Amino acid sequence: MSAWSDGRGMADAAMIAAIVISATVGDVLIAAAMRGLGDLDEIRAQRGLGGAIGAVLGSAKFISGVFFMALSFFSLLFALSHADLSLVAPAATSLTFVTNAVAAKIFLKENVDRRRWIAALFVCAGVALMSL
Amino acid sequence: MTKSTMTFRRYVVLAIVALTAPLGDTLLSLGMKRVGPVSLDHLSSLIYAIATPQILLGIALLICFFASYLASLSWADLTFVLPATSIGNVIVALLAKFWLHEQISPGRWIGILLITAGVGFVTQGPSYTETCKEKSAEHPLQSAGVQQL
Repeated sequence: MSAWSDGRGMADAAMIAAIVISATVGDVLIAAAMRGLGDLDEIRAQRGLGGAIGAVLGSAKFISGVFFMALSFFSLLFALSHADLSLVAPAATSLTFVTNAVAAKIFLKENVDRRRWIAALFVCAGVALMSL
Repeated sequence: MTKSTMTFRRYVVLAIVALTAPLGDTLLSLGMKRVGPVSLDHLSSLIYAIATPQILLGIALLICFFASYLASLSWADLTFVLPATSIGNVIVALLAKFWLHEQISPGRWIGILLITAGVGFVTQGPSYTETCKEKSAEHPLQSAGVQQL
């Protein structure tokens, strides 16, 4: 019986999807928060280090982003207790590069040109090969 | 519209992002191997684990990573920062090869080549997508449809 037919493959895919989706949502929210705040170096020059930290921590998008990153971390821990590290870690890490490119184009309106797509795909494949 | 906002100082920040994340993870891994397996019944041993020098240094590096990562996202796109900083994985693999004399399989060498090529692609291009709001703040006359003489 194949891994997919006994439901094991489906469960692994669902756990990897949970890690990838929560990591992508976290990255996009944090990137949106930082973009909204503007150049942190300028904020630090004007208001000092405490002012910059306060501006970051006062952003609701940043706090939500950290929540989703934590969710991704605990999803990874959960997945590792049920599936192989050699499958979950490379799959989740490499797929996140591609989902981040898609999400950044849709939600952050970033100009993801051919050069960035190629870079995301190359890095995705490279990270998967290096982790195996 | 995209533009390049990169300066030497910003490349240094990206290098810190690239290096501190894999080095921090490696130090945490080394530290936890020294501490040994942590069971759910003795979670308090995690607190003592923090006193391990490798774990302390790993946490310090990961704090540096997060601060630099946040700073880089305030002046560059997510789709620029993530691929550009993945070169850190390559540097750590090469350090493991030449410093710790670990073996690198042919598959990993191909992975190193692909990541390096990906980093090369993305860093040759623009780093930041300007929003309409930012564009109009920089060129108020043009965005209002007024021709400059």
